[in-house]
Amino acid sequence: MAEILVLADHSGGEVKKVTLELLTLARSLGEPSAVVVGAGAGSTVDALAEYGARRVYVAEDAELDRHPVAPAAEVLVQLVGPHSPAAVLIASTADGKEIAARLAVRIDSGLITDAVQVDADLTATQSIFGGSVIVKSRVTRGTPVITVRPNSTAPEAAAGPCEREDLSISLSDGASRAVITNRVEEKHDARPELAEAAVVVSGGRGVGGADGFKVIEALADALGGAVGASRAATDAGWYPHQYQVGQTGKTVSPQLYVAAGISGAIQHRAGMQTSKNIVVINKDPEAPIFEVADFGVVGDLFSVVPQLTEEVVKRK
Amino acid sequence: MKIAVCVKQVPDTWAQKRLDPDDKTLDRESVDGVINELDEYAIEEALQLGEATSGEVVVITMGPDKASETVRKALAMGADSAIHVCDAALHGSDALATSLVLAKVIGDRGFDLAIFGSESTDARMSVIPAMVAERLGQAQLTFAGKVDVEGSTVKIRRIAEHGYDEVTASLPAVISVVEKINEPRYPSFKGIMAAKKKPVERLTLAEVGVPADQVGLAAVASAVESFESAPPRAAGTVVTDEGDGGVKIAEYLSSQKFI
Repeated sequence: MAEILVLADHSGGEVKKVTLELLTLARSLGEPSAVVVGAGAGSTVDALAEYGARRVYVAEDAELDRHPVAPAAEVLVQLVGPHSPAAVLIASTADGKEIAARLAVRIDSGLITDAVQVDADLTATQSIFGGSVIVKSRVTRGTPVITVRPNSTAPEAAAGPCEREDLSISLSDGASRAVITNRVEEKHDARPELAEAAVVVSGGRGVGGADGFKVIEALADALGGAVGASRAATDAGWYPHQYQVGQTGKTVSPQLYVAAGISGAIQHRAGMQTSKNIVVINKDPEAPIFEVADFGVVGDLFSVVPQLTEEVVKRK
Repeated sequence: MKIAVCVKQVPDTWAQKRLDPDDKTLDRESVDGVINELDEYAIEEALQLGEATSGEVVVITMGPDKASETVRKALAMGADSAIHVCDAALHGSDALATSLVLAKVIGDRGFDLAIFGSESTDARMSVIPAMVAERLGQAQLTFAGKVDVEGSTVKIRRIAEHGYDEVTASLPAVISVVEKINEPRYPSFKGIMAAKKKPVERLTLAEVGVPADQVGLAAVASAVESFESAPPRAAGTVVTDEGDGGVKIAEYLSSQKFI
């Protein structure tokens, strides 16, 4: 069966959920091989095997973590040549899309980003123009490089035999020109990453201030979700910019998206309307966000959201 | 310092964007074009770095005739001159071809920095800066939330999920900036008048030096097979809070097995 390369996303050896989704997807396309790069890479092998990787290529050299993006692309370049995989799958995150970009240039192959589905014949489905148009595309030159949005496939375990192959990688000059001198952690460790969270709770103008985000965070934590914000809220400085969901922020597609105090301007909807379930809380019954709501409550978020949080905790 | 800032004209956010049924490319003719919003941050950053180093800022765009409006806007903000690559053969170019043309222009002119917005609001691929860096063999300093140049060294904060990384490289380098890195200036009346007299070099593909068979629809490495309007979301249930709104949502979440 044709080999499908899956670039594993991990943090110090802890495999991210999106990688398990990609391995599950890769099993429907061929025989998945995982590629894992950086410190802690070797300790991911078991988790990758459990989700169906038949082979894991390990490039575990601390040098590879010293440069952003380019080393992972180099590793993939060095594998694609000799192995001629049927496709390369990468998570559609900021880093993942840039890795895919560099790979596509190096192997002169077509690139499809932000796929939400990939069929057995490698036709990719994308949701474009803020979710208003569904497109089916195919790579027509070289080895298809496809980035797939988190939450596109439900991960399913399929353990089996797995071979580990350690790689030694020499970086090109171009790949080592940018050097990471310091890494600063600002993330709230207990919460999942916004891009791959299954549940996202977002606040907007109606939250009224930085303090108001506490009720949003409390609900997110009760649901085990990530916190997002509309542009109005990040523009006002109530919540950090990297949590912005929308046309100029992140595009999310979680199982559940809760929008509290967000009117739903087209820019915001472009970043969330492919979510599977959308729950809306807004004082204004005319707010356009209700047009995409599966369930909506017209009311004050400061009474509705805390009550909901309490109910969620109670029912756990 | 010689700084290039790459900009793109995109359909207005409020415009109904559509794909042309014949060649399946974005129909740019029937909609109003505006400068890609995220590129305004790139222009502002280029201008600030140019001012700090008494450098030169050159706007580069690739696009149809009408993209000259976007060039004028960038010039009105304060850029010194512009290069507009305009050639019918470019129609339908994919990211690989676009990056090929931009890298050729940037590489041939010997810029110290090439600055981009972190993505365009139409295609939203966010891949061109990385592709251009790869093609030029220059340092890729993307998703910058802060840029500092000192002598021949450039340092950025790469904004990431975990917070940020500090990334350093020697010039020349390719940068992309995120929204909020700065507050883009509005063109002044004086700036708008001055922009009319600033030099805009229009280049054909042959003048850039990229063969026509490597760009445009004929050279795409991926192709749209079909497209359709997304089915409208089924109308949901909306209730008015009567003191039990939170409980009602909890019941919905429970029915969907979220809790």
